Amino acid sequence: MDADTQRVAVAVRNLSLALPEGGDRANAVDGVSFDLVAGEILCLVGESGSGKSMCAHALMGLLPKAVRPVSGTIRLGETDLLAQDDAAWRDTRGRRIAMVFQEPMTALNPLMRIGDQMAEVFEAHGQLTPKERRARAVALAGEVGLPNPEQIVRSYPHQLSGGQRQRAMIAMALALEPAVLVADEPTTALDVTTQAQILKLIRDLQRRRNMAVLFITHDFGVVAEIADRVLVLRHGKVVEEGPASAVLGRPQAPYTRTLLSAVPTMDPPTRPPLSGPKAVEVVGLQKTYVTGGGLWRAKRRTAAARDVAFALHRGETLGLVGESGSGKSSVARLVMRLIEPDSGRVRLGDTDLTGLKGEALRQARSRIQMVFQDPFASLNPRRSVGRIIADGPVAHGVPLSEAMERARRLLGLVGLDEKALERFPHEFSGGQRQRIGIARALALEPEVLVADEAVSALDVSVQAQVLALLEDLKARLGLSMLFITHDLRVAAQICDRIAVMRQGEIVELKTASALFANPEHPYTRALLDAVPGRVRQAA
Amino acid sequence: MSNALPLAAPARPRRRGPLAAFLRHPGAVIGLVILALVVAAALLAPVLYPTSPWRMVQRPFVPPFTLERVPLGTDALGRDIAAGLMHGAGVSLIVGLVSTLAALLIGVPLGALAGYLGGRVDDALMRFTELFQTVPSFALAIVLVAILQPSLSSMILAIALVSWPPVTRLVRGEVLSLRSREYVQAAIVTGQTTFTILRREVLPNTLSPIVVLASLMVATAILLESSLSFLGLGDPNRMSWGFMVGAGRTVIRQAWWITAFPGLVILLTVLALNLIGEGLNDALNPRLSRER
Repeated sequence: MDADTQRVAVAVRNLSLALPEGGDRANAVDGVSFDLVAGEILCLVGESGSGKSMCAHALMGLLPKAVRPVSGTIRLGETDLLAQDDAAWRDTRGRRIAMVFQEPMTALNPLMRIGDQMAEVFEAHGQLTPKERRARAVALAGEVGLPNPEQIVRSYPHQLSGGQRQRAMIAMALALEPAVLVADEPTTALDVTTQAQILKLIRDLQRRRNMAVLFITHDFGVVAEIADRVLVLRHGKVVEEGPASAVLGRPQAPYTRTLLSAVPTMDPPTRPPLSGPKAVEVVGLQKTYVTGGGLWRAKRRTAAARDVAFALHRGETLGLVGESGSGKSSVARLVMRLIEPDSGRVRLGDTDLTGLKGEALRQARSRIQMVFQDPFASLNPRRSVGRIIADGPVAHGVPLSEAMERARRLLGLVGLDEKALERFPHEFSGGQRQRIGIARALALEPEVLVADEAVSALDVSVQAQVLALLEDLKARLGLSMLFITHDLRVAAQICDRIAVMRQGEIVELKTASALFANPEHPYTRALLDAVPGRVRQAA
Repeated sequence: MSNALPLAAPARPRRRGPLAAFLRHPGAVIGLVILALVVAAALLAPVLYPTSPWRMVQRPFVPPFTLERVPLGTDALGRDIAAGLMHGAGVSLIVGLVSTLAALLIGVPLGALAGYLGGRVDDALMRFTELFQTVPSFALAIVLVAILQPSLSSMILAIALVSWPPVTRLVRGEVLSLRSREYVQAAIVTGQTTFTILRREVLPNTLSPIVVLASLMVATAILLESSLSFLGLGDPNRMSWGFMVGAGRTVIRQAWWITAFPGLVILLTVLALNLIGEGLNDALNPRLSRER
């Protein structure tokens, strides 16, 4: 017992943080207590708005001005962090508690070399001589697994990949050997394969340095991968707490159970093979982006699509999966003719979409519709929901009253109250907005739906609902669907066949069950291995 | 899948409207009050001073606050300064508003086209805009008024022609960022025409920065008008603040009030418009405003 209390690095007791008046609840965080123990990773899990990031920011003294701590203590050794002044905070940050942020690009200064930014940490705390600082920066770069530490400390953030930037951020956090590391969704912005590497890095460093880690995430796969203990937050309150194996294996709280069951599994349900007429046929699609180039610099060419070919049968869902930069979104936009291909054809039924222009293209477009990724950017904030849905039919000559009637029916179809017609997008949650986006796509009675990361921005429980809605609509309306995603779990749930893309090329295309059971291409295998939380499922 | 999910309460209660935010801004309210006084002066001028402000009503160089009939004194020719100020208010407001509107009519469509169509159209339009920007605007305005003969309409035209380039650049920048928004792409995909997309999806979302810029442009236009009139390029039939400053400048040491009062009025009006612009900026672009 005594030994145990000694190992407690940070003790948070009964922490409550008040939101400004008029918020949706009084407290962002309400009576939360937990211990960060040396040599242990505590995962704070919750959906958006659960207050998990607020906890992290309270620990770093980085709360927004409007959020005030109203009760509780955060003890780091003998000091109560909530009671300290700014000068004391500056000393604590970096030296005793360090933080890794979600977005490595915005958390690094783009105009400063990586090595200088690492050295700055020592400078801020008045440690070492400039020469020693540089040496330490190189050593740290090596420790976090950056290639060629000597050279890489001299590069600028934009010259590094996302994963390397996150490694640099971690190196900066570790510079002063803090006892506590706070990681706020550190892998959310990264690809799965990179995510797996960073998770392993954090794991290794934490063991080597015997740090206490607070790891904030919304992803149960990541939790299964990295957590020793888990704390589930909902609306700012602790719902469940315990060792990872217990919380994930035998969840007690109903909310934890709902969350866990909403995480899609990696076993694709068996689906009857489809081979009907082709709804969409793509042949030899090529697209290369050329950027830069001028008097002194060579042009940079990025292949977004290299000889991409696939067929989408009527009633089928074809998944297009890949990491960022693989060209999957470009292919979706090429199919929609939102961008023009360099060569190749897109055939929609018996119409050649690539050959159409002007008015003919405008008319043909009603047959293929798109659901977008970002529920907050895909609806015009200044138009009512009814008009957003009705605009499409009106553009194709349907009288306004009839189009509004259709919008009313569609809202029912996607599970929203028809009162929503008069309201504006900001009054809806992310999941509801995505339903509106689906209703807009369906308003033109299309044959094909292209969903570009349509559920990626949503919380797991909402994600499950929207996926079920898409599946249900597809069956009821006889749609075909091209489903673009980076999430293999989601693809497993909804797709009949899956095409894996890398650097603009389709490297493997087969039925979902065959792809998961028997991946052939090494890249597909690497992708599947990198999906977090596979271990738990296998067990 | 249950049908008809109840609509969750909005994620957070609606932000107080922009109007309330604007009125909580002390500077904006002061600006609004001053502007209201200027508007009232312009409207009441024909009632309070029904005769021409050019008419000589007293002996020259009556100092202010000495004669009740001419409270702000008279100028070198015995004209009533108070009457001149009130009649000049109308001229300043008309020139400010109309020339700004005209500049918006030129600048917004050009900026929208350049930003939305991109490519060659963008290049051509922006080079054309830069052509205007490289010429010093005041010099260009002087030349234009001199060529067109000084009158109210030529002055408005000249001011509009020299003040549209910033509008074009602002609108182009906004449209460039809006063009790649998903809701604009959604509108393309649902088969709406380019004109409809610009009118419904893009331009309404550029409105707030345009309104802010316009309020500041009115102030600049009033200053330009005063400067032109100061140089004697104003409408010879209309009394204007700039003209009054210009007329009094030679006797500024003997009769300070002839230049001081119109100068003060110009200062207050321009200040009011700038305060209003700042208030509008804080109200319409809450994320850019200083922490409140």
